[in-house]
Amino acid sequence: MEVGQMQRRLVEFTKSLFVEGFLDGQFLQLQQLQDDSNPDFVVEVVSLFFQDSEKLLNDLTSALEQQDVDFKKVDAHVHQLKGSSSSIGAQRVKNACVVFRSFCEEQNLQECMRCLQLVKQEFYLAKNKFETLFTMEQQIVAAGGSIPATEITSF
Amino acid sequence: MVSPSMRIDEGCDLDSDNSVLMREKLAVLIVDDDAVVRKVHEKLASQLKVAKQVQTETATNGKEALDLHLSGSSFDIILMEMDLPIMDGPEVTKELRAMGVKSMIVGVTSRDSQVEKTAFMVAGLDECLEKPLTADKISSLVETLEKKK
Repeated sequence: MEVGQMQRRLVEFTKSLFVEGFLDGQFLQLQQLQDDSNPDFVVEVVSLFFQDSEKLLNDLTSALEQQDVDFKKVDAHVHQLKGSSSSIGAQRVKNACVVFRSFCEEQNLQECMRCLQLVKQEFYLAKNKFETLFTMEQQIVAAGGSIPATEITSF
Repeated sequence: MVSPSMRIDEGCDLDSDNSVLMREKLAVLIVDDDAVVRKVHEKLASQLKVAKQVQTETATNGKEALDLHLSGSSFDIILMEMDLPIMDGPEVTKELRAMGVKSMIVGVTSRDSQVEKTAFMVAGLDECLEKPLTADKISSLVETLEKKK
């Protein structure tokens, strides 16, 4: 595949991530922070997010499996996940956390368990999408091309 | 416990027309227990083109933020997360103000309760912003800071 075609595919794929709600404007903020002095900033931040959040999800799972569930603790974990997902623009993960927190407040265990599954689903979906995005970028760079800037006016 | 980290960025192009009026240094402290948020907010702050040198430091909890001040550090802007382990945002803010710290303290939170935000403001904040922070939000903080000079 030639570089121009790869670049077009990347633009279309990125657009779809915004249209489908996987990403919001905050991701554009991250991209704008990346420059020659920090060319891997986005990959670094997103990787850190997936690393740290995986642990958070494990903590959430064990917190909900306790005999006496500490909903405050569960809420604190979800709150942290909400904050970090919103800081990278992972909109669907963030939104799933918002719903989750409302059930923590109600101390509704059944709904919390369901929310945890939803958050995990969104988390792994997002991870998959980001991995695809970064792979496409790497392929363009390896072929000698540059990464086209995301233009929000195009969608 | 992770020790606070500091970085210094050359904030602007010295050839710019505004270099004569631009402040020499802007010191920003980012207090948040989440590593992803710290990384993003630190980068946002360090990209500000408002000073010849932008110095950022991070702290992972309220006590670390307090200890930094007790050891003599001072900052122009403190970005303070509300929910922090060991000592939370409102507690630290109250302590810092009681110590006589006059820095701009900006609360940062992803909580949406107005009651909680008001309580945080009452602790001594100059402003309370919703997460996530953006380049625009941080720039306007610096504008406010400049106006107060």
